[in-house]
Amino acid sequence: MTAPTAAPAASPAAASPADPGTARVELLTGGAWVPVCDWPLLTPGRGVAVLLPDGRQAAVFRDRRDRVWAVGNRDPFTGAHVLSRGLLGSAAGGGPYVASPLLKQRFDLATGVCLDDPSVRIPVHAVRVAD
Amino acid sequence: MTDTLEKPVVVLVGYGMVGHRLLEALAENGAAARLRVVVLAEEPRPAYDRVRLTSYFSGLTAEDLLLGEEGFAERHGFEVRLGDPAVAVDRAARTVTARSGLVVRYDTLVLATGSYPFVPPVEGRDATGCFVYRTVEDLLAIEEYARGARVGAVVGGGLLGLEAAGALKGLGLETHVVEFAPRLMPVQVDDGGGEALRRTVEELGVVVHTGVGTKAVAVDAAGAVTGMAFTDGSGLAADLVVFSAGVRPRDALARDCGLEVGERGGVRVDADCRSVTDPRVFAIGECAQAVDGRVYGLVAPGYEMAQAVAAQLAGGTGTFTGADLSTKLKLLGVDVASFGDAFAASEGALEVVYSDSRSGVYKKLVVTADGALLGGILVGDAEAYAALRPLAGTGTPLPAPPEALVLPAGAGAPAALGPSALPDDAVVCNCHNVTKGAVRAAVAEHACTTVPEVKACTRAGTGCGSCVRLLTSLVHDELEASGVAVDRGLCPCFARTRAELYEIVRVTGTATHAELLDRYGREEARGGEGCEVCKPTVASVVASLAPELDAPAHILDGEQAALQDTNDHFLANLQRNGSYSVVPRIPGGEITPERLIVIGEVARDFGLYTKITGGQRIDLFGARVDQLPQIWSRLVAAGFESGHAYGKSLRTVKSCVGSTWCRYGVQDSVAMAIRLELRYRGLRSPHKLKSAVSGCARECAEARGKDFGVIATSAGWNLYVGGNGGADPRHADLLAQDLDDEGLVRLVDRFLMFYIRTADRLERTSAWLERIDGGLDHVRDVVVGDSLGICGELEALMARHVGRYQDEWAATLADPERLRRFVSFVNAPGVPDPTVRFVPERDQVRPDLEVLLSEDDLLRSLDPDGPGRDRTDRPDRSSDGAPGRAPLLEVRSR
Repeated sequence: MTAPTAAPAASPAAASPADPGTARVELLTGGAWVPVCDWPLLTPGRGVAVLLPDGRQAAVFRDRRDRVWAVGNRDPFTGAHVLSRGLLGSAAGGGPYVASPLLKQRFDLATGVCLDDPSVRIPVHAVRVAD
Repeated sequence: MTDTLEKPVVVLVGYGMVGHRLLEALAENGAAARLRVVVLAEEPRPAYDRVRLTSYFSGLTAEDLLLGEEGFAERHGFEVRLGDPAVAVDRAARTVTARSGLVVRYDTLVLATGSYPFVPPVEGRDATGCFVYRTVEDLLAIEEYARGARVGAVVGGGLLGLEAAGALKGLGLETHVVEFAPRLMPVQVDDGGGEALRRTVEELGVVVHTGVGTKAVAVDAAGAVTGMAFTDGSGLAADLVVFSAGVRPRDALARDCGLEVGERGGVRVDADCRSVTDPRVFAIGECAQAVDGRVYGLVAPGYEMAQAVAAQLAGGTGTFTGADLSTKLKLLGVDVASFGDAFAASEGALEVVYSDSRSGVYKKLVVTADGALLGGILVGDAEAYAALRPLAGTGTPLPAPPEALVLPAGAGAPAALGPSALPDDAVVCNCHNVTKGAVRAAVAEHACTTVPEVKACTRAGTGCGSCVRLLTSLVHDELEASGVAVDRGLCPCFARTRAELYEIVRVTGTATHAELLDRYGREEARGGEGCEVCKPTVASVVASLAPELDAPAHILDGEQAALQDTNDHFLANLQRNGSYSVVPRIPGGEITPERLIVIGEVARDFGLYTKITGGQRIDLFGARVDQLPQIWSRLVAAGFESGHAYGKSLRTVKSCVGSTWCRYGVQDSVAMAIRLELRYRGLRSPHKLKSAVSGCARECAEARGKDFGVIATSAGWNLYVGGNGGADPRHADLLAQDLDDEGLVRLVDRFLMFYIRTADRLERTSAWLERIDGGLDHVRDVVVGDSLGICGELEALMARHVGRYQDEWAATLADPERLRRFVSFVNAPGVPDPTVRFVPERDQVRPDLEVLLSEDDLLRSLDPDGPGRDRTDRPDRSSDGAPGRAPLLEVRSR
């Protein structure tokens, strides 16, 4: 597992695009912005899975306040690529997290750190909403 | 001949329950591998559960009673010689001779020869038709002889005598019990208790004769039993006599080889269970006289001795110095408990007695002058045993006047013994000897805040489990006492329970999670996301109340789509590698050959693993998210609909074949099962709901293991509720009987809606029935007697649910908006997830989990140019030519 030290917090994309109809969500990987999907395809509180050019997978979420987050799609506890299908939550005083749909471990969306086992961390990606 | 192997040799003489426990313990502690163990057994079968011998007459076979699983002895290398008992021991030569002539030299000898039934020296005791009651062979002989008999008599009204009487009754004989003492079970209960017991036993049709001795067994010219003559001059005509007048230690072998035995028999042993005469010889169980001078006739102390000896044979230490003789048992359906100083033998002991001969209840508490409990006897109602037994002998004054403790609930001022009444040294968990003080310390000093944590910390409640309720209240009390408010709220977002949220939604009409959270959530959670606990809960409540709220009828419409757990979200069951399983509804388990073929074809074409479920359906495993709509369009076209295996909702209504085919059936159980399944399909509830309908009292559909189970009677249907299988099985309780079809459906409507309204999240009907105030009686008052006046409302709610039902899968297939989510990747909709892979097993597939171990290896294996590993792809012959494996290059070229 990746050590939790110096975990760079991803900054979420700005809330509510100017024109939701034409806005697109993009994700930074390998130094380039990769298109994810059109903004309306994201449901608040849920995620989608994205296949990255190198074969890895990312999970992209839209929260209740229309912020967008991206983390690795692989659940490190089971190896299954399912985190995009987890439910979002937020702890009091904390940012949003995703709960793995398999065994319910929670991962902070800003840092990728597992809230139930801080020695485990998943990758985080920068995302943006481009008009 | 003499064996000379290198391993030290242990010879076990006797293979009963205690002998078997010794073998188990040797297998568990690893000593079995370092020893050669030879077992000389007299009986022709391996060790069996002698305590449950009588169950043979209620349907168990001799095989069911066996203690070890098949191959137990072979697996651990134990040399068990059945039907070859030891006949002599030469302690000087250290050899045992068996009946077959085999001579085994031992390093250690363990005697576990048990006891033999005591037959009083009366004339005629060897007549044809006289039996003892000890072994399966005895039982088989009694059964055989009883075929030609009408009247049976049991000599002895103790524990075993009453068991034997139950057996004779079960064989259809007119049954008599003859006890020399003035009461039944003279060792365990006093006169009052014996009287209550007698009344109840007599009501079961057993004739009880107390205070009479057996003078002789009368015999005809052929030497067969014709009756008995008693010491008071009276007599009894009988065809069969069973002697069950106590047991004696079987110590003849020990006596013959010069081992010291007790005055009333039993090999005298020290605290290590070693013979006081010869340190190479152990004696355990009923053939031993323990260091405290007693011979224990119960199995639990025998097990303790076996454990102690096994520990020593493994090189460790283990002792047995005495055991608590408290017992609670059910004899002929009557609860009998006896604990501590039950006969007020202590100096200055006082008795408080409640006796109700009418209902066969007798309770006696023995107390000191200052009110501390010494012991007691409970007959007919032994409910208080668990709370009282730990208090006996602790010297602490009882928390309530003893008279209040023996009064039945509802009479005067009954005092339920709360856990707060127990002193710290009271043993809460008997299996692991955990005191109340240890439980409190787990909370106070080891920072345990939940029952599971306390169980893990102390082991309390992990044995037989009978103390878990007591343990739970202790933990909650202790948490509250230490200032920790026991938060019964649903989750960190809501301080309210699910039932309270249900009422809020129902009364206010608030139909979204966001609105509920911001208005009724905990202060600190408002405006947040909520969590993975409250979201599906609110979704379930809104779905249950959807007709009232005018909320969307489909669980994936509007905000509800965002609240569902992944299973509900994809209308399928997530499995460990990220694939899903699919379960079409097969109402009542009835299916046509054509539909069966469709399921087979779909499974074959998509390469799915198929398995029959416990609920009479077929589960298809290994579907990728993007295959679900294709699979379901084939199933829906063939007339299938969602089986809701993914939802907290009605799963199946299982059925037996019923009166249509079965020669025993009295009602059409299949038709009723189908009717119930179609009526309640899609109903969202606090937890999954399972049901079954049996066509007669033989109960082949196992309805009493279900949330609501229906059993046919010649007059209609009996409805049982609150049953459960799983880790904490519970038989369902009878709610109402002899209902007609409409009455049954109406009652189930009310019951289910009342449950949905008042249960906690993930609380099955079994736990709900146990938790709610008033339990089953209260539920019956509400749904049968309409004590709250809400039955009309409950029925109307159900009627609207039934009226609005639609198949979730058909509706999903019809809506492109809903279908859009069924892709593996949002940025590559045609590409299947390359990590969901399978390997062959037993002619089908199973998930390839190795491929999930390392992401880097996985990527290498997917690279067409790399040295990837060979994986077996499952066949993918879906008729519409859906792409098989992942062409990654497609993405790269985007």
